[in-house]
Amino acid sequence: MAIIVDEKTKLVVQGITGYQGMYHSQAMRDFGTQVVAGVRPGKAGERVNDIPVFDSVKDAVDRTGANTSCVFVPAPGCMDAALEAIYAGIETVVIITEHLPVLDAIHIVSVARSRGVTVIGPNCPGIASPGRAKVGILPSMIFRKGNIGVVSKSGTLTYEIVNAISERKMGQSTCVGIGGDRVSGTNFIDVLDRFQADRQTKKIVLVGEIGGTSEEEAAEYIKNNVTKPVVAYIAGRTAPPGKRMGHAGAIIARGRGTAESKIRALEAAGVKVAKIPTDVPDLLK
Amino acid sequence: MIGGRVDKAFDIASEMRNAPYGKSVRRECLNSPVWGYQDKSGHMKLFEYKAKEVMKRHGIPVPDGFVVSKPDEIKSLPGPVMVKAQVLIGGRGKAGGIKPADNIPEAKKAASAILGLNIRGYITKQVLLERRLDVVKEIYLSITIDRSRRSLIFMASAAGGMDIESVPENQILMLPVDPAIGYQPFVGRYVSGFLKLPPDQAEQVADVCAKLHELVVAEDAELAEINPLVITKDGKVVAGDAKITIDSDALFRHKDFESLPEDLTPLEQKAKALDIAFVQLDGNIGVIANGAGLTMATLDSINMYGGKAGVFLDLGGTDDPEKVKSAMLLMSEANPRVILLNIFGGITKCDTVAKGVLEAIEAKRMRIPIVARIKGVNEEAGRAMLKSAGMIPAYGLSEAAELASKESLKVV
Repeated sequence: MAIIVDEKTKLVVQGITGYQGMYHSQAMRDFGTQVVAGVRPGKAGERVNDIPVFDSVKDAVDRTGANTSCVFVPAPGCMDAALEAIYAGIETVVIITEHLPVLDAIHIVSVARSRGVTVIGPNCPGIASPGRAKVGILPSMIFRKGNIGVVSKSGTLTYEIVNAISERKMGQSTCVGIGGDRVSGTNFIDVLDRFQADRQTKKIVLVGEIGGTSEEEAAEYIKNNVTKPVVAYIAGRTAPPGKRMGHAGAIIARGRGTAESKIRALEAAGVKVAKIPTDVPDLLK
Repeated sequence: MIGGRVDKAFDIASEMRNAPYGKSVRRECLNSPVWGYQDKSGHMKLFEYKAKEVMKRHGIPVPDGFVVSKPDEIKSLPGPVMVKAQVLIGGRGKAGGIKPADNIPEAKKAASAILGLNIRGYITKQVLLERRLDVVKEIYLSITIDRSRRSLIFMASAAGGMDIESVPENQILMLPVDPAIGYQPFVGRYVSGFLKLPPDQAEQVADVCAKLHELVVAEDAELAEINPLVITKDGKVVAGDAKITIDSDALFRHKDFESLPEDLTPLEQKAKALDIAFVQLDGNIGVIANGAGLTMATLDSINMYGGKAGVFLDLGGTDDPEKVKSAMLLMSEANPRVILLNIFGGITKCDTVAKGVLEAIEAKRMRIPIVARIKGVNEEAGRAMLKSAGMIPAYGLSEAAELASKESLKVV
């Protein structure tokens, strides 16, 4: 089972000729992903890591049957690339690109919703279903196949927690890094909904951080819709008020948005909340 | 109420406003004319006069006015004026930053009183002189980003002139702009309908809504706020104040905004140039980590063991050894009691990262105790290198946090 990416994923990498595209197309394939095509306008006919490169997503879809895209295209061309993927019939678009203007994100997400396309990101590490497929830049070595679904706003913190889970001989069904930007294609609730329906997933880990209100909204959703056990960690419990920690999602807003508010909401929904990331595996036992 | 919960409005509005500028008094700025400042998190906030210029360009009525940085620059007035401090902080009026003037001598007097005024830590460098309005009614109107709905959202209230956060919930309209539908004239009609205005004013307010939306899209603004939107005695609708924040991620298509200066210390400037987030706190452990979430988790973990971070550097989600090295060099200048390096490697091998760290230590002849935890491929080799150079290697996050905290609490 797993969610969003699996053995049936046929991936096209947009921006495959850049450093990241080159490195990660190989890493994704080593993980087991079917990487069927790359796109770079003007570079049709070339091969990267022996993956055929096309001028357009449409060509890639027509020739290879790609159904999922991973976008590495830098911010100025990112909206164009993501919308091209949707236009060409791609079902899942994973946007790794950071610093995407927020209005571009709003437009991409709106179009994707109207077409029933799943967008993950922007500014996210991607998604991995161990033993099946990975789309994005998550380090392969941390994963272990299992039945824990992980959803996280963060990048490296996700790696930390997944690694801690794997070191304790527990594994993951799917790990989704939804990204920490203010506007994301997929939010906690979208992923919780899928994990609840996924037969492989038995327990869920939610990794949030201060800022915004999506953890509070997730708590409300869990209370009413999720029967599987959920463990959470919220980063920034000791962060000083009013300091932004680097990216758009991480800011303390008034009232809701603080670590206390999120932890309170999650605990009220029956979620076990870890004090530090390394406590997550204990709470999963 | 159309829309939803008011606490969302608080969040959205305060998030935009509370983005920190730092505690210190603003430093002298060399660039002139100054339009605004970019804060530490990259928000580009325009001064009122610049925001009004932008609004005027998009057809929103603003009072006639001009900006000066010396009283002598006042040569003529458009009539009775208000003299207004140009600072990026609220509460100007209460702090004596807004004064009326009826003629040139009065205006000069008011300007000299306000220029140089310290308003909640912000030194006034410029004043805006603009035609005084005969205010009959004050409206709150803004448009910003709604994270949950993933759209733009209008906020409006008939209780304008005060902070939106202190207006009761049932008096605020929150009206999302469905991105699939886009802005349509009905949106403006909903806003002016909520405000219960007579037809002529309703039409003007609806028109301001259309232009405000157009402005936000054209300029990539994250926030455009008019508070108050004034209805004058003769029934005109005019922007009494103006706040605009530009999305710094969109600067690649707005070259005209790019010259905004930033209010940063020299160390912060260096960090910024290297694309490293640098935050000063009040403890004595210097934390270097990669990624905002991991950095915060490292701070949480230190706290668990009784330590306190004094400064942290967030490299972003990268394990680029050059960047790690630069961060070490920067950190040595911040001179913490202990350094805690926590790098979760995705791409780079640990020994490569460790090599950069060693180079930095040698270059600076650093004597500060360093607890290092580098996770990833070739972990053992990396750890051995760090250990042989006298560092304290750690396996996991908790262990690293514990070791660094202990070290920081040692009595010299």
